[in-house]
Amino acid sequence: MMIATSVQGGTVRLAFPLTAEAIAGWNGEGLPGPAVEAALVGDLRATIPQEQFGDAVRTLNSMQSGFRTLLPRTAAAVRKAPDAPPPALAAVDPRWSQTPFWLALKRGMPAYTDANLLAAVDLRRGDDGAVAAVPPDMAVNRMIMLRTFVIALEVTLLCAAIGLPFAMLAASLSGWKRNLLLLAVLLPLWTSLLVRTAAWMILLQENGLINQVLKLLGLIDSSLPLIYNRTGILIAMTHVLLPFMVLPIYSSLVAIPKNLMPAAAALGAPPLSAFRHVLLPLAMPGLLSGSLLVFMVALGYYITPALVGGPNDQMISSVIAFYATGTANWGMAGALGIFLLVPTTVLYLVYGRLSRTPMVQP
Amino acid sequence: MSGAGRGPAAAGFNALRLAFAALVVAYLIVPLCAILPLAFTGSVFLTYPMESVSTRWFEQLATSDAWQRSIVNSLIVGSGATLLSTVVGTLAALGLRRNLVPFSGVLRSFFLLPMVVPAVVLGVGMQILYARMGLASSYAGVIIAHAVLCVPFVLVNVSGSLASIDPALERAAASLGAPPAAVFRTVTLPLALPGILAGAAFAFATSLDEVVITLFVAGPNQTTLARQMFSSLRENISPAIAAAAFLIIVVTLILALVVKGASILSWMRARREEA
Repeated sequence: MMIATSVQGGTVRLAFPLTAEAIAGWNGEGLPGPAVEAALVGDLRATIPQEQFGDAVRTLNSMQSGFRTLLPRTAAAVRKAPDAPPPALAAVDPRWSQTPFWLALKRGMPAYTDANLLAAVDLRRGDDGAVAAVPPDMAVNRMIMLRTFVIALEVTLLCAAIGLPFAMLAASLSGWKRNLLLLAVLLPLWTSLLVRTAAWMILLQENGLINQVLKLLGLIDSSLPLIYNRTGILIAMTHVLLPFMVLPIYSSLVAIPKNLMPAAAALGAPPLSAFRHVLLPLAMPGLLSGSLLVFMVALGYYITPALVGGPNDQMISSVIAFYATGTANWGMAGALGIFLLVPTTVLYLVYGRLSRTPMVQP
Repeated sequence: MSGAGRGPAAAGFNALRLAFAALVVAYLIVPLCAILPLAFTGSVFLTYPMESVSTRWFEQLATSDAWQRSIVNSLIVGSGATLLSTVVGTLAALGLRRNLVPFSGVLRSFFLLPMVVPAVVLGVGMQILYARMGLASSYAGVIIAHAVLCVPFVLVNVSGSLASIDPALERAAASLGAPPAAVFRTVTLPLALPGILAGAAFAFATSLDEVVITLFVAGPNQTTLARQMFSSLRENISPAIAAAAFLIIVVTLILALVVKGASILSWMRARREEA
């Protein structure tokens, strides 16, 4: 459904049905001729719902700037003019004697369009129909996608850096110590995501517990900016996703026979090389599936960046949410959604191949 | 690991390990512990040290119109979504059992998909779909949307408990002349009950915590507790949020106990059968 909406054109076609039919026969060279003009006049005379008209103008204007003034002016002139003979559009506005405007009208007509998909990666079709980049000052989507990937990658690396040693430690211990470490991992997993994010907002705020403690210890003089920036996002997201890293690594490590490391040591391997040649390769499958899982979930994050991040840390989910709930531009939201959905699905398939066990979240 | 307790280098390494473990445990646990006491703060700020202790923020939850309605909505949506997803998830688990259906592996991944599809993408898709079906801003819409998210949890739990049922039991009942419906009702269902209960508990917890999809499909009348928390977190951090968080944590703890209880129930049953 979302995919269909993202490629649906339709707004211009809906507003100008007669023109849509007439202009289909035009080959795009020179001017389309009196029949198409008459159709457009007919469409403009019919009462088009205000909202529909606005949508169509916006779509056309995004393809060819000038439509925002051209169409309302033409509509007003056409409605005032006598029925016969039909008014000459070029006389109403000279822009109607320029091919690009008619071309835009024609290109706005198809029932299906790649405009949203292209716009999602900062591309658009030029006058000649070729794909070209939008001006750099309008190209924000690519930057946000890149940022999303960078944040997800940073979180994955942080989780791996903390999670791998922690899981190894937990696997090497026994009894209540091991239980304590595992409980520490499971407890956040049972707690609501929203509650955890709220907790971090409280801890990280300017006068929050962390800044207070650091000041008390004399480590800092003035509060560190920990929230509404990248630092805050990384701290909170790593906290939320760390269990997804620790648990797969831990479960691949507890399956290892207990005597492997002593055996390596007995064979003369120093601890570091025993770790590198024995333990690390065995932990690898867990590390890999944990990293995949964390990266995959991090890509689609919305709540934490929306609450803890600053305006320059919003991820692609926020942009989608903005288009869908803010401006009701579902075509654009759908197109961006596809660019988020495809990598996630691919990663999910890879993850499914790697680990045959079903993913159990609490 | 094996080098523990041999010389100063090993002792230093051990101390380092201990410090690292303590640090990570603190990182994981402190946020959860820090938010709970603040629910009882007497101040209007969510900061430590707390000036005084009071229950005024719980009173606000109970008396403020917006919070009160959101709690009621959460209960309505949560029970609806739990009921729906438990029925659908259990049926799916039964149907996918022992790979009787063709392509059951694919079907299974399909049912589990809502766990990994980014919530925003799911939300946009549902919003568009609902707009055409006239479900937008209705309780039914929100309940269905939540149920979609909850089904995977039910499926995983019920599948787990179904897998542990000895097929010989069902065969025995059938060979003694019980029709399939009776076998299901008197043998399969009771044995799967702990898994179904656990799935239902997970479903309710999931629905209680769900924000993103609710943002997309719910109207102002269906604001849930989580969504109310989300929007107040965006506007101003008031201790009412800590009180709401306290409520959510308590409910989740109760649900966790239900799950634990369910697993203990099945363990006791296994013991009884062994005896």
